[in-house]
This record gives sequence, structure tokens and C-alpha cells, in this order.
Amino acid sequence: MVTVDPPSPPPPPLLQMRGIVKQFPGARALDGVDLEIRAGEVHCVLGQNGAGKSTLIKVLAGAHQPDEGEILLDGVPVTIASPVAALRLGVATMYQELDVVDGLSVAENIFLGHELSTAGFSRRRAAVHRTRDLLNRLGHGDISPHREVGRLSAAGKQIISMARALSRNARVIIMDEPSAVLDAGEVANLFRVVRELTASGVAVVYISHRLDEIRQIGDRITVLKDGRTVGCGLAVAQTPTADLIRLMTGRTVEHAFPLRPVIAPDAPQLLRVEALALKGVFADVSFEVRAGEVVGLAGLVGSGRSEILETVFGSRRATSGRVVVAGDRLRPGSVAAAVDAGMGLCPEERKSQGLLLDEPVYRNVTLSTFARFARASFLDEARERSAATMQIDALDLRPSDPDRQARTLSGGNQQKVLLARWLVHGCTVLLLDEPTRGVDVGARAEIYALIRDLSARGAAVVVVSSEIEEVLGLSDRVLVISEGRVVHTGPSAEIDEHRVLDLVMEGSAA
Amino acid sequence: MTEHLSAGGTAPRGAVPAVDESARVERVAAGTMTSSSPGVRRLLGGAAGRNLGLVIALVVLCLVGIVTAGERFASIDNLMTILRMAAVYGVLSIGMTFVITGGGIDLSIGSVLGLASVWASTLATQTMAQNTHWIVMVGVALAVGVACGLVNGVLIAYGKVVAFIATLAMMVAARGLAEMIANRQTQVVKVEPFLDFFRTDILGVSVLVWIFAAVAVAGWILLNRTTFGRRTLAVGGNPEAARLAGINVNRHTMYLYALAGLTAGIGAVMMLARTTAGSSTHGQLYELDAIAMVVVGGTLLVGGRGTIVGTVFGVLIFVTLTNVFTLNNLSISAQSVAKGAIIVVAVLLQQRIAARSRTP
Repeated sequence: MVTVDPPSPPPPPLLQMRGIVKQFPGARALDGVDLEIRAGEVHCVLGQNGAGKSTLIKVLAGAHQPDEGEILLDGVPVTIASPVAALRLGVATMYQELDVVDGLSVAENIFLGHELSTAGFSRRRAAVHRTRDLLNRLGHGDISPHREVGRLSAAGKQIISMARALSRNARVIIMDEPSAVLDAGEVANLFRVVRELTASGVAVVYISHRLDEIRQIGDRITVLKDGRTVGCGLAVAQTPTADLIRLMTGRTVEHAFPLRPVIAPDAPQLLRVEALALKGVFADVSFEVRAGEVVGLAGLVGSGRSEILETVFGSRRATSGRVVVAGDRLRPGSVAAAVDAGMGLCPEERKSQGLLLDEPVYRNVTLSTFARFARASFLDEARERSAATMQIDALDLRPSDPDRQARTLSGGNQQKVLLARWLVHGCTVLLLDEPTRGVDVGARAEIYALIRDLSARGAAVVVVSSEIEEVLGLSDRVLVISEGRVVHTGPSAEIDEHRVLDLVMEGSAA
Repeated sequence: MTEHLSAGGTAPRGAVPAVDESARVERVAAGTMTSSSPGVRRLLGGAAGRNLGLVIALVVLCLVGIVTAGERFASIDNLMTILRMAAVYGVLSIGMTFVITGGGIDLSIGSVLGLASVWASTLATQTMAQNTHWIVMVGVALAVGVACGLVNGVLIAYGKVVAFIATLAMMVAARGLAEMIANRQTQVVKVEPFLDFFRTDILGVSVLVWIFAAVAVAGWILLNRTTFGRRTLAVGGNPEAARLAGINVNRHTMYLYALAGLTAGIGAVMMLARTTAGSSTHGQLYELDAIAMVVVGGTLLVGGRGTIVGTVFGVLIFVTLTNVFTLNNLSISAQSVAKGAIIVVAVLLQQRIAARSRTP
């Protein structure tokens, strides 16, 4: 009954997206995305964090409405007004955080939202029967339809999620990083199921940033970068990995990175990390940073870069190793000790980890210092405000109003607020996690200059970024991290992006 | 669209002012009525504006009281009755304001009040108080309150037990312990100097009311003028940001519950004085009343923003409502329905205000 599409006559694309634009307040998440999905293929969508993958999925799933552009199904323009509409059109989504209800049975989960019923009475036996069929089709006849879903493994839940998509007669199934929760054996099984699905004519949109997986399972690839399609429908077999990485990380705008000044040979060592390890995440990380020096940590997402910064800062408790600031060993696992020693972290997620969004800017700037300005525990807001204003002016925050709500600032200016916080504190060691994430292109150069300026004034800076070019351009020395290990340390001037990627690949292959 | 907007209003059909009119109506509903005068507008945009809705609600309640009960409502005696009733709730609500602003909740303060009242009025405590000084009873009540609060705080901050559950457990356990100690009997306070002290009036106002006033003023200063208050806002607003800025979030969370326990201890002393007895039934459901008063006052349940002035208004609104209903011989049940309605309306308004402050 089910026929496999013969490859000879090119079938019309099952689903097409043209020039999709999605604007959020303060950020353009999608800025002209094209996507073309054929029946029976595994179409991979590749891109760094923030490239717009999740917004794209949400547009397809009907959770977001595009501001511009069109979506065609079988060549006919459609509007996907809601998640229900998407399902009706045959587009089902498996979200990364699996959307199953733990307390319900397998069958109840699969028919959640479209329960089989007659005159309001649920037809449980029919549901169980069809569940068994669906699970058999997915090669998982071993899962009982009566089983409580909460007792299944992550892989099992994923199968349920997939069976639910099939129960809706989905023609396009979007899988958002399905392998993230699986071990190697389970991934192999997932791939088998995906191949069976595509053999029956279902198209799978596969989101991942694991290149090796895409090599194994993908037919074609679309690469997103900064909300745009930079590579559309590339055949997996004919696209070298290096090209993909260049497309993912390649800059649309060349940035002028500030010149690296010569660091005085007698500059004091401000931060020394000795054999730091966090069980299961990274091990044996050692480096030191002198005053005036910028050290970069380069590596892919998930390599442990951010975790290293957080552990140095004491926000995570190291399993072993030492962190020494200006000669004194820090108490492990204590942010307060790190801050007292003059270390400051600008976290990756500014809004959720860094700012009090409803509070005025000046209170955000003085969040770590208000007690210092206080007299006998009584706040001195005038002194706070003037100290904050000084840094706000020095960093050229725009608008420079200290009473403005932090929420209303742009990404770049929110980053400046966090920098100002540590400057008011008098921090000499700054840890910057993705300092230009969500910062628009124009403001990036400004942040770069600022970081250089801070180091020139004697700060020791550690920068983490998923953009390798940014790490290399900003830092004096770079540590290449792969799978939680330092695979290379050396001057940034002596290494280029390709070499870094080679090192990363070698490291993850080992 | 304009047609729709002007349909119920007086503005001319299709005219631009129709839009203004609907916007203004919404602002009135949100309790921040605008006026044409910029000075008034600035005033209303500030602290006075935030509480304007509460002032209006209280005034309306008073008018209802005057119309329906006349002089029985509008008398100094009745005013004092209202304030005396408000005192215990008020003290508890101040503590609750801190906990909620810090992103938590405390369901145990009513039970802790009961336990503290019992513990401070046992034969042993009273004997000791008689032999030394009545202040011993106060000390015992406060110590019991703070100790229970600390247990809550440690469980929540360091044991990572959800606040709702930890304080629910304390609510049940403290009530049970109070019953065990009191053997389900009322313990009459026989320490006369204790009763005398709290029976006195200062400037014609009961000491109990003065205590409420003092706690409110201290609470306002603590929340708005000290590092403790700033930490409370930070911990409630974004605990992760506070932690990464070097604030000891766990310790502060613990302090917040200890503070709530302290106010429960103060409430217990006031209850002992007002009823001249300790009882394991004291303070039943007071925690829910306190939460309602705090929320009606405008403190956000999700934390990060709190107002002591609002809480005081919330307390007065609830107590005045009870008073007006009682003077009109309406049942307690009818009061409960009205209170429920007030809570819902207040929270709906709060959400509107919050939503508007979020759109730049």
C-alpha cells in the first residue's frame, strides 16, 4: 500500500518555506529563512545556538506566526494558525523536552488531544489496539499500551512521542535534537525508526548540531545562521564537514578586532586554575591569566566551556583542582568567595542569570556592591546611583538613564550593565560567557573594544564563545576544549579557525 | 474598530477620542486614574498612584459602612475596634510580605502563632514570669516563633524542600504540638502585669495598635531602606542573578522565614493579651488571611516586588469589610464570599498592571 517514492522524477516539495521573517521585540529571530522538504527525506537543520532553529520549528508547529514569508504544503500556500492547525495539516513536532504526560498510560498519551470516543465515552479498547499497531510499526511492540509513561526511559518516551505523531497521520515530523537524551544504542534504534518512517513517505526534519549524526541519517541539510538560510537543501553526501562548519560559524560581517597589545613580561598573574575537574563534564583543566591578558576558551557547544567558567567562579563545585586568584586559593563552590576575591562572571543567559529585569539599571549595576555603599545596613542610594552612573557613562550605556528598567535595554546594553556591575565592584578577573550572544552586529565591535580596554587597564579576562573567530580575534591565548578536555593551548595569533576545528574534531573522535 | 470602541461610549462615532476614552477607562479600572494635570499625573504615577486603587476601595467600604450602619460605624469606638482587630493580622501580614517578596510562601504562621501562644502561657512559663518579669512570656513567644521560622527556612533554603510543602508540614505539626502542650485546654493568663501592660492605651490608642504601627514602620524601613530589603527584592526577583552577584541566597531565604516566624511570635503575644488566654486554636487560618491581605495590597506572588504600605491597606480593607458586614448582621459566610471576590478582583488588576509595565 505504501509506495517508496522513486528518485527518478523529482516530486514536488512536500513543504516549502519562503522568506520567513519573525520579529520579536528587540530581536529579529528569523530574517528570511527558506526551507524545502521533500517527501521521504531526512532533512537536517543545522545552526548554532541562537541561529533561529527553535523559532523556525515553532513557526512550522503553529506556535508562532511569521511576520513575512509564505509556507506551501504540496505547492499550496497555507497558514498554520495554531498547533492544532499544524497537526491537521500533517505537521507534527517532537519537542526537545518531551511533551508526554508522565501519569498517563502509553495509549492515553498517544491519543492525548484526539481521544477515540463514541458519544463522549472513550473507546479504550480501540485506542489500545491502535496503539499496539503504531508501536509495532515503530518496531517497539515490546512496549505495553497500558504502561505508565513516567516509568519509561527517555528513549521510550521518544517512541511514544513519535507514535503520537504517526497517530495524527503526520506527513512531516519535526524532531528537535532527538538524540540529546539518548545513549549510543538508543540513537541507533532512533535512526532505524527514522529510516522506516522515511521509507513510508514521511518527511523528517531533524534538528541537531551533532555533525556525525547528520552524516549518518541526513539526506539534505539546510544551514541557518543569524536567522537566515545560508545553505539550502545541500546534499549531505556531497558537502564536506568543513564547508558546513564554515557556513555555521562564518560571519556575514567582518569584525575589526582590537589590536593585541604587548603584555608586559612582569605583569602579575591574577588567575591560576590548576587541574580543575568536574566529574562527568570536564577534567584536568589548567591555565593562568596575567593582568592585561585575554584568554579564550574555544570549542563546540557541549564541550564543557561554560561549565569550566562556572566552576572557576564557584557557581559549580569542582570535584578536584584549585582556583587561585592573586595568590590566594579560593574556597571551592563559593560564589561569594570568588566575588570577594575580585572575580566576576557575566553569564551566558543575561536575562535569566544576570539581571533583575524589573529593577532600574542602577540597582542592577550595584547588585553585588549595594551593601558596600550602605552605612550600617542602611542603603545609600545616592552613592549607589552616582557610582553606577560613573560606570554607565564610562561604558557609554545607551540610553544612559540609571533609572530605566533593565528589561527595556538592548542585548548589548544589558551586557554593559553586567560589565558595569563588576567594574563598580573593582573586579580584576572577569569571566565572560558568550559576551556577544544576542548582541546585534553594530554593538559587537563596541563590546570587543570594551573587553580590550578593560584588559589594558589591568584586568585578567577569560572569554568563552561558540564563535571561534570571536575567541581567536579577542584573545591573546586560546585553549581549545573538546569533550571536556583541553586539547591545545597556545597564542591565538598562531592558530586559525580551521585548525581549531580540526583539533575539536580530532578530540571528539578520540 | 472605532465603531466597536465608541459603541458604548459617548464619544462621536468614528472619532479618534473614542480610543482615548477606552484607554482611560482601562486605566481607571487598573486603579491608576490619570488626570489632565501633569502634576497630578506625576503624583499618581508614583507611590500614591500605585496605592490609589486601594485608597478608593477603602473609602468606598467606609462609605458603605456609614450609609448602612451610620453612627455605629462612624464612631471613634468602632474605629478603635477595627484597628484592634487589624493589629494581629497586620503584624503577620508584614512578615508575610517579606516572605512573598522574597519569592516564597509561608502557610505555617497561623499555627506557629497558636503554638507560641500556648508555650508562652504554660504553667511553667507563667510561674517563671510571675517570679521574675512578665517579659519572660514575650521572650518565650518570640523564641518559639523564630525557632519554627528557622526550621522552615533551613528546610527550604538548604533542604531544598518546596516552600509550600515545608510550611504546610510546619502548619500541621505546630498545631499538633500546641494541642499536645495545652492538652486541648485554654490556658488563662494570670500574670496581671502582662495583661495590664497590653491593656493600657497610649494617646487613647491601644498598645496592640501601636505594636502594629511599629512593626509596619520597621517593616517599611527594612524593605525599602536597608541591605536586607534589597537582598529580599533581588532574591525574589531573580535568585540566580542574585547568587551570581555574590549574594548568599540560601542564608537570606532562611532569614526571611525566621522573620515571618518572629512576626508570628509577636502575633502570639498580642493574641494572649487580647484574649487573656493561650490556646491551641489561636490563629487558625490566619496564614491564608495574611496571604490574601498581602496580595490584595499589591505584592507580587511571584516575588521581586513588595509593598508594605499596600499590605497595610490590604489589612485595613479586609478588617473593615468584616466590620461593616458584622454591623449589618450579615453572616460570616457572606463575608467569605465578599473576601473571595476581592481577592480575585485585586489579582486580576495586578496582572493587568504587571502586563502593562512589561510592554515597553
